[in-house]
Amino acid sequence: MTQHELKIICEKNHFDRHSLMDILHEIHDHQGFTTEEDIRILSENLKISEIDLRQTISFYHFFACSSRGKYTIYLNNSAISNLKGREEIEKVFIEEGGCVKNGVSPDGLIGLYETPCIGMSDQEPAALINGRIFTNLTAFRAKELLHNMKKGLPLEDMYTTVYGDGRNAHPEMKSIVRNNIRRVGPLLRPSEKMQVLKNQVSQMSPEQVLEQVKLAELRGRGGAGFPTGLKWQFCRMAEGKKKYVFCNADEGEPGTFKDRVLLTEKPEDIIEGMIIAGYAIGAQEGVLYLRYEYKYMKNYLEYIIQTLREEGFLGKNPAGIKGFSFDMRIQLGAGSYVCGEESALIESTEGKRGEPRSRPPFPVEKGYLGYPTVVNNVETFCAAVKIVQFGGDWYNSLGTDESKGTKLVSVSGDCRYPGIYELEWGFTMRDVLEMVGAKETRAVQMGGPSGELVNKHQFDRILCYSDLATGGSIMIFDRRRNVIEDVVVNFMEFFINESCGSCVPCRNIPKLLKEKLDKILSGKGTSQDLADMERWGAMMKINRCGLGHTAAHPILSSLKNFRSHYERKLRKHTDFISDVDLLEASKEAAEYTNREPVI
Amino acid sequence: MNKPVVATASLAGCFGCHMSLLDIDERLVELIDLVEFNKSPIDDIKKFTKDVDIGLIEGGCCNTENVEVLKEFRKKCKTLISLGECAIMGGLPALRNDITVSECLAEAYLDGPTTVNEHRILPNDEELPIILNKVYPCHEVVKMDYFLPGCPPSADLIWEALVALITGEEKEIPYALIKYD
Ligand SMILES: Cc1cc2nc3c(=O)[nH]c(=O)nc-3n(C[C@H](O)[C@H](O)[C@H](O)COP(=O)(O)O)c2cc1C
Ligand code: SF4
Repeated sequence: MTQHELKIICEKNHFDRHSLMDILHEIHDHQGFTTEEDIRILSENLKISEIDLRQTISFYHFFACSSRGKYTIYLNNSAISNLKGREEIEKVFIEEGGCVKNGVSPDGLIGLYETPCIGMSDQEPAALINGRIFTNLTAFRAKELLHNMKKGLPLEDMYTTVYGDGRNAHPEMKSIVRNNIRRVGPLLRPSEKMQVLKNQVSQMSPEQVLEQVKLAELRGRGGAGFPTGLKWQFCRMAEGKKKYVFCNADEGEPGTFKDRVLLTEKPEDIIEGMIIAGYAIGAQEGVLYLRYEYKYMKNYLEYIIQTLREEGFLGKNPAGIKGFSFDMRIQLGAGSYVCGEESALIESTEGKRGEPRSRPPFPVEKGYLGYPTVVNNVETFCAAVKIVQFGGDWYNSLGTDESKGTKLVSVSGDCRYPGIYELEWGFTMRDVLEMVGAKETRAVQMGGPSGELVNKHQFDRILCYSDLATGGSIMIFDRRRNVIEDVVVNFMEFFINESCGSCVPCRNIPKLLKEKLDKILSGKGTSQDLADMERWGAMMKINRCGLGHTAAHPILSSLKNFRSHYERKLRKHTDFISDVDLLEASKEAAEYTNREPVI
Repeated sequence: MNKPVVATASLAGCFGCHMSLLDIDERLVELIDLVEFNKSPIDDIKKFTKDVDIGLIEGGCCNTENVEVLKEFRKKCKTLISLGECAIMGGLPALRNDITVSECLAEAYLDGPTTVNEHRILPNDEELPIILNKVYPCHEVVKMDYFLPGCPPSADLIWEALVALITGEEKEIPYALIKYD
């Protein structure tokens, strides 16, 4: 971009370094990557050092410092995508399209990159191409897409299915994504927009709202399960000239896609929930942090927000509530799982690398720009609306003794009916498997890679916070799948790629564990390797954030629940085999110095 | 009763860990009372003359000789200990692990800014060990029984660990001795 064009973008963003994400997005929308010259000019205008800009750009999957092709394909490499045939698609792109894995084709036309779960596990294999979603790919579709790209077609002309169901077909969205809603409950049932704000909240004090949420015993739906009422109360009590409400729509946990469906079908509820939270804690501003993979919804969501603003639900005195104002915006992410961690989400919104902060202080005390901030999951806000509407008592009566209400689960993998199910807490795993038409199930991953891999003797366990907790992801693997090769290895690679690198154990141990896995898979493992993995895995609890705390879970939980799968692969009667091949290790230097390698 | 026998070696290390061992100061006298040294730079015994109870290894394996020595130690020692960061993780020498060994050799002997090597000769005498493609931590080459962390591990840590091994009494190592930030 020219110096002038860049200056205009910076000016539009008030030369504010906190708007760096938006500025970079605008540059990427225009030319696909940031050039060295752009970095220099941005550095001058935003007063950020060049190295700082580079480290921020390189942190995010979807920012680049060199061209990634006129068409950029990000092919999902999740475990689910793999079992639905990703490899075949990739092969077509490489062999027939001249693509290079994680690079650009020599003619500069097509870039092919891997990316972790893009939230389409119910319609894999899927890819993002120039920000648009293409689902249910087959080898044939891949060939067609290549053909179209070579012809230079615009993306919207490459669809061969009608738009998805429900509001996927909205003129501001026009996506081919399907909702796959299989079971509805209070959250997913049709509702009238902003009714609760109009009818109930306007008659209640902030304290009364808070009281209902507490009464409901609602716990966060993003994974960690922190009591929402308590979080709101802390933020309400915190000192601050301003306060913020953040909606966490980063939905990065592989296998989860329930927020995608809520954002599509229930955006008004989400926004209503944010307004209600704002009212309860005394915040005037909201930010919805939308993962880049869901960029296809951005125009649509902005349209909804604008409409609500025009209808008087956002801005000064929403729904006529006196002495209260609330407005919001969308912050688009740029590809990073760890940005879903609430303090990393805030860092990212401030235009930085999404590295989790040390706590305390917690975001409710010092969050966005140092102001008290509540961060909640998309689904949590939707639940809050229903709680205010029907009362905390009503909500409290749903679910189990310690897990109240309903939970949206995203079911994917080997089953007949993948999709979204709204369930009261308390179903057993067996109920769920039956409901979704899963046969000959070998393993179920509950709660994404950071959760637990459950074996078939544990199917009577119950979905609730104290047993099988989940942020929403349920991935099913049947008898055809290998637990270690198809599941554990993929999850470990995910954590290795997604660690922000701040903490030494999180940066190193998953890598070492993965090397152990490779050793075991190559037939050189011994019982000592299993013992090492368990010991090293236990060290992960000293990391700073939840990613590090759970990054060894795929191994620890499969060692616990699928130990025989490991033991079968071990060498017997020895507790040590070296993986170092001396001949191989001494070959290069021997050749370089004209000598014989050592045998 | 015979005194326990100790052997030590420095592979791809800087002898810092050995210096730290000497740093136990007057306890050295006590140590000599407690143990007998065999192959070690400390007494300059070059070859094993008997089986050994405790082997202390400083440094990882960066060349074929290191591997040979380490394997010999494993054969001779009942208990083998990785002493310090380089033995445990490869340490500073392992910084080259992301660079090919040819590039390293070229930089060192051919193209370095301060190198004068008119005939572009690379060291290749048969006597010289061959450099490995990477620096390997000891436990990837042979089984190691214990690990004493630190760069170097403090004299106190080495002392405590040795005494525990010799006396056979498990010791709680104070946190301060293995805390490095
Ligand atoms: C690595 C990591 C990724 C996370 N990703 C998400 C996410 O995508 N969406 C989400 O709502 N919460 C995510 N969380 C949890 C958030 O930190 C935070 O607990 C949550 O947004 C709070 O909202 P809740 O209480 O409504 O669940 C993640 C946490 C970690 C450690
Ligand atoms: S635990 Fe991992 S992801 Fe979390 S802050 Fe530390 S290095 Fe980053």
